[in-house]
Amino acid sequence: MAIDWAHFTPWSSLAGGVLIGIAAAMLVLLTGRIAGVSGIVGGLLRPAVGDSAWRMAFVMGLLLAPVAVAFLERQPFPRIDAGFGTLVVAGLLVGLGTSYGSGCTSGHGVCGLSRLSPRSLAATIAFMLAGIATVFVARHIL
Amino acid sequence: MNALAAFAAGLVFGLGLIVSGMTNPAKVIGFLDIAGAWDPSLAFVMAGAIAVGFLAFAVARKRTTTFLGGALQLPQARDIDTRLVGGAIVFGIGWGLAGFCPGPALVAFGGGQDKAAVFVVAMLAGMLLFTLAERYRAAGA
Repeated sequence: MAIDWAHFTPWSSLAGGVLIGIAAAMLVLLTGRIAGVSGIVGGLLRPAVGDSAWRMAFVMGLLLAPVAVAFLERQPFPRIDAGFGTLVVAGLLVGLGTSYGSGCTSGHGVCGLSRLSPRSLAATIAFMLAGIATVFVARHIL
Repeated sequence: MNALAAFAAGLVFGLGLIVSGMTNPAKVIGFLDIAGAWDPSLAFVMAGAIAVGFLAFAVARKRTTTFLGGALQLPQARDIDTRLVGGAIVFGIGWGLAGFCPGPALVAFGGGQDKAAVFVVAMLAGMLLFTLAERYRAAGA
């Protein structure tokens, strides 16, 4: 294992993480809900009465964040290297997997681990290992 | 009021994803590539988020209502089963393939990137497939 010092950004990543934590705190303490992005979006696809407005509002906030940043600093967005086919397959797997697994990096990885949930710990270990294995196969074997 | 708070939370969440580097798929893949040149940055994202989140949920656990007076809806599920672990593995494979998980994909989509739009549409299709499969299962049972 070799550390990629050229791309290592401990401070901005820590600061961004703190912002994510503050956002999760705002959502649970003000609206009583878990800041799990896949769960919030998934809930919009099976709408229940009076349960959609907060979900739409959260997603609008996510969608407008890059617009807000673009006003502050004119930096180009990071490039997406994956091709069309890979993006379709990856998107389908993420949609299916987060639905069956009841969460993603935010719901299990951030909120679940913050709540010390053994269920979220199991899910986080599983998706981290699967992600590591996938990158290993894609980068070092294929 | 709840919707306004959720909007603010979504905005701060999205800013956090951008500042942290999570919206850069190459950085996410660099974190998952432990056999190559490993970029440990995303561990710092988790550490920062969980440090604040831990305090927030400690406060939430002691309350029955939110600060706006609404109901607290914390997850009740406890079981670690095939569905949870299998789903998480399928999600992890997709995450490793493109370097996108749901939050950063939505932020990149909001930033107007067509490739992120492709991922988001496929992700919604996956979620819809799940909803249909569950409905079919419930009807058959």
